[in-house]
Amino acid sequence: MDIEHANLTAVTRMMDARPILKGVATARDVIPGMKDNLFLHAGPPITWQRMSGPMRGAVIGAMMLEGMAKTEAEAIALAEKGAVEFAPNHEHGAVGPMAGVTSPSMKVYIVENVTHGNKAYCNFNEGYGKVLRMGAFSDEVITKLRWINDTFAPIVGEAIEASGEGLDIRALLAEALHMGDEGHNRNKAGSLLFLKWLAPFIAKVAKDNNVESEVLKFICDNALSVLNPVMAACKAMTDAAHGIEGSTLVSTMARNGTDFGIRVSGLGDRWFTAPAEVPQGLWFPGFTAADANPDIGDSAITETAGIGGFAMATAPAIVTFVGSTPREAVNATLEMYEITVAEHKHFTMPVLDFRGTPTGIDIRKVIEKSILPRINTGVAHRLPGIGQVGAGLVRPPMAIFEEALIAYAEKYGLEN
Amino acid sequence: MPFIKSETRSGAYYDSAVLMQLQRGLLGLPGVLDSGAVMGTPANLELLEQSGLLTDDAKKAGVNDLLIVVKAESDGVVAEALGQVDSLLARRRSAVAQEFRPKSLETAVQQLPEANWVLVSVPGRFAAGVAREALNLGKHVFLYSDNVSLEDEIALKKTAQAKGLLVMGPDCGTAIINGVGLGFANRVRRGPIGVVGASGTGTQAVTARIHNLGSGVSHAIGTGGRDLKSEVGAITAHQALDVLACDPETKVIVLISKPPAANVATKLLAAAQASGKPVVVDFIGYPPPARKLDNLHFSAGLSEAAEIAVKLLEDWRIREFSNAKRPRFASDLYLRGLFSGGTLAYETMLGLQAVLSPLYSNSPISDSQILPDPLKSQAHTIVDLGDEVFMVGRLHPMIDNDLRLRRLKQEAADPETGLILLDVVLGEGAHPDPASELAPAIAEITRSENRRIEVVTMVIGTDSDPQNVESQVERLKAAGAIVFRTATGAIEYVARRMSQPPDSVGLPVSLDSFNQPLAAINVGLESFYESLVGQGAQAVQVDWKPPAGGNEKLAAILAKMKKKK
Repeated sequence: MDIEHANLTAVTRMMDARPILKGVATARDVIPGMKDNLFLHAGPPITWQRMSGPMRGAVIGAMMLEGMAKTEAEAIALAEKGAVEFAPNHEHGAVGPMAGVTSPSMKVYIVENVTHGNKAYCNFNEGYGKVLRMGAFSDEVITKLRWINDTFAPIVGEAIEASGEGLDIRALLAEALHMGDEGHNRNKAGSLLFLKWLAPFIAKVAKDNNVESEVLKFICDNALSVLNPVMAACKAMTDAAHGIEGSTLVSTMARNGTDFGIRVSGLGDRWFTAPAEVPQGLWFPGFTAADANPDIGDSAITETAGIGGFAMATAPAIVTFVGSTPREAVNATLEMYEITVAEHKHFTMPVLDFRGTPTGIDIRKVIEKSILPRINTGVAHRLPGIGQVGAGLVRPPMAIFEEALIAYAEKYGLEN
Repeated sequence: MPFIKSETRSGAYYDSAVLMQLQRGLLGLPGVLDSGAVMGTPANLELLEQSGLLTDDAKKAGVNDLLIVVKAESDGVVAEALGQVDSLLARRRSAVAQEFRPKSLETAVQQLPEANWVLVSVPGRFAAGVAREALNLGKHVFLYSDNVSLEDEIALKKTAQAKGLLVMGPDCGTAIINGVGLGFANRVRRGPIGVVGASGTGTQAVTARIHNLGSGVSHAIGTGGRDLKSEVGAITAHQALDVLACDPETKVIVLISKPPAANVATKLLAAAQASGKPVVVDFIGYPPPARKLDNLHFSAGLSEAAEIAVKLLEDWRIREFSNAKRPRFASDLYLRGLFSGGTLAYETMLGLQAVLSPLYSNSPISDSQILPDPLKSQAHTIVDLGDEVFMVGRLHPMIDNDLRLRRLKQEAADPETGLILLDVVLGEGAHPDPASELAPAIAEITRSENRRIEVVTMVIGTDSDPQNVESQVERLKAAGAIVFRTATGAIEYVARRMSQPPDSVGLPVSLDSFNQPLAAINVGLESFYESLVGQGAQAVQVDWKPPAGGNEKLAAILAKMKKKK
């Protein structure tokens, strides 16, 4: 077994994967293993008992959306008696930002990696303010979710269908990285590119001008519109790199608000977890670090795929957002080259003379150099029902990389 | 009653310069009486104890733990001071955070691909690993770190030798490459004198003196203090000599070391001799065989070494030396010296043992040179025929040539004999006409159809001696002997004809890497980096940390994974 070769195979598959946004469907109908009482969530596996506030809030809201509960109390009672099952999105080919709760009736994007044939799914982005993914579940949250599910998503789905070919998300990302996005916290350019591509098809399929206007306005108003298809695309790319015998490449990084978990390409579906840390960030007015929930969301799939925090050099507009200077943003990307095995073939950064983004985290390099991956992230309130309090930078706990390395040594007979 | 409190940070490595600044920063806070910021090595814990700063908590710190201790007038001041640690560390970092500092050698090489040199000054237990990585990346290593095991040193140097790279060190303090000082070095002008130094301060003393005498240094190559031990076999010193011998800018070479192992010294001097350039040797404490032996000049001290080197530069003969064709005997042919004079034999031994090995005698200088059977020569042999073993019932060989004539025949018949060296001592009391007996025997040897054995004689006598020295010399020459009128002349000639430069091992070190503008990667002491930049060299500082944060279990797994590929 040759580790370098295995890693090269894995990272090449990751970069060669070509994720195409193919359509929209109901989770129940397309997500493998999805069933009526199964709620998928962000991060590694977790029980209701250990769930953080925002995760619980999102579960409560999703039960309301599904019509299983009318009130918070009813939802909690159901959850406590085990009426629903929980499983990580990642174990079902899916991802979701922040709480990432995906319930059976929710509409999801379908992204297909046309190089290797695997598919990935992600729910729809709700925009800003009080949103389910941040743990809010008030009436306005549920009303908006219903509108997305019943009106917005079907039109977007029809528009994608009308396009015939679908949307090449890898190409969209490559372009957005040249327009100041890093693909995780900043998706302004990507969302505009998404809108530009969708608009003619939406115009074609919409039967009502008012609805068409509302749909277009919702995309226009939400600079994170493209984040969810992007995350599904990253999931499709990283899944292609998973399961390579002997590889030390990280194929998943995800957080559930309680634990941070990673999976490693050559170590099967085992999660390595440790308590998630609270991001260092900028706080929305009225909030402080004391309000922040520990790190949450599947969106670290972007960093796993070589963008997000790893591509900070190309997104100077948000450096203050992560408490820094443009020079430090470049340094942040340079630091990530220390722990990755390749420079991305398709994702390049003009400021670094079009060098590829650092891609494919190698657990060996993380341990050897004591450098942890940087993740750009949003921050949710630690209590259910409140929502986003800020955004910032976080790193995974070192312990999970150490555990993974030891597990690798055990599996591949490298113990003392 | 002052308050003392300590804080331990596991796995946080900082180099000592950073910690000293932190310590100074803490001391500067109002109310702080004393402070310590050190890595928790046993030596540092002892230092803290001596300063009365070793708390019970601090005693538990390990070598990879950062220990911060504050002593102050009040509890509040202590807490306040400990609270300042991060900002004190950060203040310093922000000053240097502008340019990205690579965290590994691998990345540093990408950043400065033209770097030929890697300076390593990390703690000893990590140094061999960093040096190995540098060699694998094809870089020469200046290894300042000490506490590197002898096994590691040998392994590193063998690897380097096979790749045509140099490992200067471990524990190498000084080098000057193409005008740029590495580690501790004086600012000396570029010039025609090359230095190979197994001693850092020795190299500084010599190079500084050379500069002050108005000359300059081409390259000063350090080897580390253990290079001339027999286990290491002077691998670096030999490579360094080769480089300087090839370098057209280097006209004279100075070789400095504390007392080397005898077997190592012989090989190194043979190599120095074979370089053809004048080499000034200062082996401190090693008996100089002569003031001068062929192109080797022996000095009695560091400043004298510099003075001889500078003086040699003025010598027109340097050119002759460099261009001289130097035919040698094959390595399986040996010297056989048959002496009538004990002291002449001894002086010849002393001179030739510097470059010939193994060398045996019935009157040896060291025990390892004892000839087991005085009647039979082996390898290079010098026999004192005046020794009492031979004298039972005989006249002294200065009077009676019989024994020497028999031994001459015996040596001539030995297929291993290449050169026979004889002394011919004239004067009152000696044989009235030694040439009458020796010349025919010599002629028989030199005119043999089968083999070419050379016969060299040193004739000691004056024109007033009864034997007529001119006629003696003439007849010896006529018999085919090579004749010298002094012992030194004969010894130098033999040294030149018989010494064998050691077989070159590994790849030769490329001269290009010395003569390009110096570019280097520094791993460790930041002052070395600053010094390189200050001298106008291109340099990259690696923000180094112990592998796996010093966690030995994880580091062991990583090492195995590296082997596995």
